[in-house]
Amino acid sequence: MLNAIARLGHTGMATLASLGRAHLLLGAMLIGLPALTLRPRLLMQQVYFIGVLSTLIVVVSGLFVGMVLGLQGYYVLSQFRAAESLGVMVAASLVRELGPVVTALLVAGRAGSALTAEIGLMKATEQLSGLEMMAVDPVRRVLSPRFLGGFIAMPLLAAMFSAVGVLGGWFVGVGLLGVDDGAYWTQMQAKLDFGEDIVNGVIKSLVFGFVVTWIALYEGYDATPTSAGVSRATTRTVVHSALAVLGLDFILTALMFGD
Amino acid sequence: MARSHLVEVLVGVFMALGFVALFFLAMRVSNLSAAAGGEGYLLSARFDNVGSLKVRSPVSIAGVRIGRVESIRFDQETYQAVVGMRIDPQFDRLPTDTFANIYTAGLLGEQYIGLDPGGDVDYLGDGDQVEFTQSALVLEKMISQLLFSMAEGGGDR
Repeated sequence: MLNAIARLGHTGMATLASLGRAHLLLGAMLIGLPALTLRPRLLMQQVYFIGVLSTLIVVVSGLFVGMVLGLQGYYVLSQFRAAESLGVMVAASLVRELGPVVTALLVAGRAGSALTAEIGLMKATEQLSGLEMMAVDPVRRVLSPRFLGGFIAMPLLAAMFSAVGVLGGWFVGVGLLGVDDGAYWTQMQAKLDFGEDIVNGVIKSLVFGFVVTWIALYEGYDATPTSAGVSRATTRTVVHSALAVLGLDFILTALMFGD
Repeated sequence: MARSHLVEVLVGVFMALGFVALFFLAMRVSNLSAAAGGEGYLLSARFDNVGSLKVRSPVSIAGVRIGRVESIRFDQETYQAVVGMRIDPQFDRLPTDTFANIYTAGLLGEQYIGLDPGGDVDYLGDGDQVEFTQSALVLEKMISQLLFSMAEGGGDR
């Protein structure tokens, strides 16, 4: 009995300590950001790695999500003789929710896990210690550029996802199912507001980019420096990122569209 | 050197694509482009009640859209709503005694302005006002009128 309580206490303290280390690392990474202006190429490589290499999966997923939304939306809306509203439904779902959220999940799976594995292996093979031996701050040299790269890449990827999704919905709705082309676009433009919908979607993806990259880098930096440790850290990155993204999405939605 | 140059080019393309997507969302998907004034000429009309008519609602004649509602404001002098309509420039032969109605598309659909052309030989031009208007039908008013007329009919018997 006492042992069980002690285990609970141990878990609680370990979680708190882990959260504390995560925030210390975040602080160190943010302090390291200004130095990036001296070495923009480091940032460039990370935008390439996190952003450019994720473009294909994000664009293809966006296309298919938009096409599915077009099919399913048409099925429901046509029962109410409101198939003209298909454009509004597709665009609002994509811009407000699916674009930022699905992009964040995809990036966490494709780039986040890779970041964790990379940093974890650098730690396991003592490359980070090696940098420190050469008086190079590993957080500033290795982690900060990755952090900013993820932060920059995420909203751009989410915008591509939404734009391609709207086109996918247009292809299915207008091209295959015979929704009126003009109604698809005009209803969309009439009902979607730039400040209310687009800007809030971008804010969401900025928050997700911040959180997903942070979790990935922290898990890698904090990984047990063994093969098993790195593998566990990679799993944790994907799980924690997904949970954080979905939970934060609910909170952000309640704050933005709650009234 | 060539490899890192390629990375730079790809990152540039990526960022450009991202901003193009954002621009597309802003201009094509949301209403940002509507802020820019369209071409065509402006007509105004006074209604006692515009119902749920909105800015950018269609203006149609014989079921064909010929323009959009550009502004709706309230006139304190006459207690009427003044609706500004932007009509596409190629439809420049609306007679001066044209009749403007507010209709509803379908039972629960959007409201729009339907124009019925009159028979006058003069045409409406930029800034003119459509004199003859019919307000939007308010469902509650219709039902109460129906109930009253039924009650009166019952009393006579």
